[in-house]
Amino acid sequence: MDRRTVVKGLAATGLAAAAGPLARPATAQGVKVLKFVPQANLANFDPVWGTQYVVRNASQLVWDTLYGLDSKLQPKRQMVESEETTDDGLTWTFKLRDGLKFHDGEKVLAKDVVASITRWTNRDSMGLMLKAIQKELTAVDDRTVKWVLSKPYPKVTYALAKVGTPCCFIMPERLAKTDPFKQIDEYVGSGPMRFVRGDWKPGALAAFEKFKDYVPRNEPGEWWAGGKVMHVDRIEWVIMPDPATASAALQSGEIDWWETPVPDLVPVLKRNRNIKVDIADPLGNIGAFRLNHMHPPFNDVKARRAVQAALSQEDYMRAVVGSDTNLWKPIPSFFTPGTPLYSESGGEPLKGKRDYDLAKKLLAEAGYSGLPVTCLVAQDQAPLKAMGEITADLLKKIGMNVDFVATDWGTVGQRRASKSPPGQGGWGMFHTWHAGADCVNPASHIAVRASGDKAWFGWPDSPEVEKEVAAWYEAKSLEEEKAVIARLNKAAMDHVVFIPTGFYYGYQAWRSNIEGIANGPLPWFWGVKKA
Amino acid sequence: MLGYLLRRVLATIPVMAIVGLFVFSLLYIAPGDPAAVIAGDQASPEDIEKIRRSLGLDRPFVVRFGEWSLNVLRGDLGTSMFTGLPVTELIRQRLEPTLSLMLVTLVLAILVAVPMGVIAAWKAGSAIDRIFMALAVLGFSVPVFVVGYLLAYLFGLTFELLPVQGYTPIAAGLWPWLENLILPAIALGCVYIALIARITRAAMLEVLQQDYIRTARAKGLGQGGILFVHALKNAAVPIITVVGIGIALLIGGAVVTESVFAIPGLGRLTIDAILRRDYPVIQGIVLLFSFVYVLVNLLVDLIYTVVDPRIRY
Repeated sequence: MDRRTVVKGLAATGLAAAAGPLARPATAQGVKVLKFVPQANLANFDPVWGTQYVVRNASQLVWDTLYGLDSKLQPKRQMVESEETTDDGLTWTFKLRDGLKFHDGEKVLAKDVVASITRWTNRDSMGLMLKAIQKELTAVDDRTVKWVLSKPYPKVTYALAKVGTPCCFIMPERLAKTDPFKQIDEYVGSGPMRFVRGDWKPGALAAFEKFKDYVPRNEPGEWWAGGKVMHVDRIEWVIMPDPATASAALQSGEIDWWETPVPDLVPVLKRNRNIKVDIADPLGNIGAFRLNHMHPPFNDVKARRAVQAALSQEDYMRAVVGSDTNLWKPIPSFFTPGTPLYSESGGEPLKGKRDYDLAKKLLAEAGYSGLPVTCLVAQDQAPLKAMGEITADLLKKIGMNVDFVATDWGTVGQRRASKSPPGQGGWGMFHTWHAGADCVNPASHIAVRASGDKAWFGWPDSPEVEKEVAAWYEAKSLEEEKAVIARLNKAAMDHVVFIPTGFYYGYQAWRSNIEGIANGPLPWFWGVKKA
Repeated sequence: MLGYLLRRVLATIPVMAIVGLFVFSLLYIAPGDPAAVIAGDQASPEDIEKIRRSLGLDRPFVVRFGEWSLNVLRGDLGTSMFTGLPVTELIRQRLEPTLSLMLVTLVLAILVAVPMGVIAAWKAGSAIDRIFMALAVLGFSVPVFVVGYLLAYLFGLTFELLPVQGYTPIAAGLWPWLENLILPAIALGCVYIALIARITRAAMLEVLQQDYIRTARAKGLGQGGILFVHALKNAAVPIITVVGIGIALLIGGAVVTESVFAIPGLGRLTIDAILRRDYPVIQGIVLLFSFVYVLVNLLVDLIYTVVDPRIRY
């Protein structure tokens, strides 16, 4: 019996005598509760309206998908029993598995799928492409959906399976008919867990209970594919903004699983024999130095190449994850290492010894006037704060002036949307990072797009990059896709769409009485057991 | 007295109106875009603009302020942009933990600080006086979160006596409720204890010089009776003033303490709302805190009349 229990017992005896009817009621026996600390605050719960990763991670418990990605990034059937495509690739017919039910007891019907896909296609980049070529999306009968396109789209199942947000979660028709730019107000799905709305305290606690009528696929679970078998009765997401508190809570056993322990605290956790620590996501993260292509100095490709020539990914990665070399690697690429499409083609500027002389020469050729580079640096995001400090030093070393704007991520989020010149509320550069799961191909990799005004913040404009992106969507084989990505990577490197600052992993940590925790781009709760 | 009360209550209205205008204006001009935060990193500028319009953030300041003010007068603090829940509902969820923390801290602080101050004044110049005042300086100097981390490390991890985080509602039992509040209350109370102890000591020192205290001694009254019955009562006015002002300290300190100990209170709700620019929630909480503070000041003024019969309004 531990000391806390003894103290508790003595105090409880004394106070119970005084408290009488306020004494703690007995807790339910045999109910397995898994306490999880997520990466961020779960402030809302609409995975199409709000595309934050934490919303997706919670949504996967409540809503299911037609297809799910396995660890080889291949789409596998989930809610779908079978699919057919016509030889011309224009008509897709999906048949739902039998016995699927929503948490309110209603059957999952084809019309729910139609409404959910419709809502999703209004927000997702692949969905928008499909919507643009859609001729018909209908429920043929209660279990069959027909999707007719005006031109072939080989990656339909990938679009429906991908983990990049927003994901195509299947909701009841009445919820899916909500305007995609407004929140749903009910959280009913057909996933393995029900959302316990009454226990939800946004920013503090979210609770999920096992859905007894869920029918998992009769296959081993693997990432988002296969059978989603839940071994716990209840999952509590406990929001803990302070990493030291989360660390202490994990050590004391008050929580079971911490999604994103900070690197500084990992050595402490590793020394505790009641705690296990491992890499969370083998797809990692790619740090990004995002430049503003619209305004000086980075509207000139030579100025961008100057930074590229001098940038040391080692400096950035050591600043972000510390001295543990297992946690990072240099990548002369925009795509995720270890994935089928990874390519280093054109990545020579990021390899080898850094060349400050070349950087200065390129800057002079670009006609750099001494204009300060407005660096937006979010102080409330540790990786971005670290990268920002390295950048300020780097730019000064190559002879640039720096206007270091230390602010919070909310302000960066607003200001980076401004197309004004840096001195008038605009910006020159900012840092961010991209989940490796989003950088495996161009589908979710908005950062590599170079469609000018329509591109992501920074607005790079390269017809060559866009040509290769279009070619990837049309590619019919893996070999063809690899060739396209090699060309795309080179084009994006030459144009300096953005500069990858390195590839890094994060850890996850859990109590040793928890089994079945897998590595993946999001936390998988199926298969997790608590002794 | 009734007239005084009525005047004070009526004076609250312009105060709250100014607070409302101030906080609304500040948020309007502050940088940050809740639509961008909602839409997430993957969203396009067009998506962000659509969300901004759906939230009504594209409307002029006067329209938005007018609508909000009218709703507040009807008791409607609006709806959170992020959760879709009414602000009053969010506040209701978080009220108990914050009030519990403030109450336990207040009781702890008074029970510790007042005797400390009284004894320090009684033994002025002695070693015990110096020790107590040194502790008070330490209480002012060490940040709340440092004290919090140390307490959690010692009592949570090393000695395993108390939990390091969380909150249990009082409906679940008195001890479970108190168990989660002990460490946070000590951490938050350190500054408060320091402040009250020093003011108590100063006020007591002045009172102990008075003729009636010499008379009490001459009459043969025990030291305890002199200190805690005669002297303390007459020194109470500045102590009560500081306790009242300290409520503001508690509110501010609760923000840090709730984050360190993961207590789901109003402080954390405020921080989260500020970081994601959830304007209705920020506005609602600031109004609430302002109202509470005005109320506390009124209460303090009324307590004066109880403690010191010479004070009449």
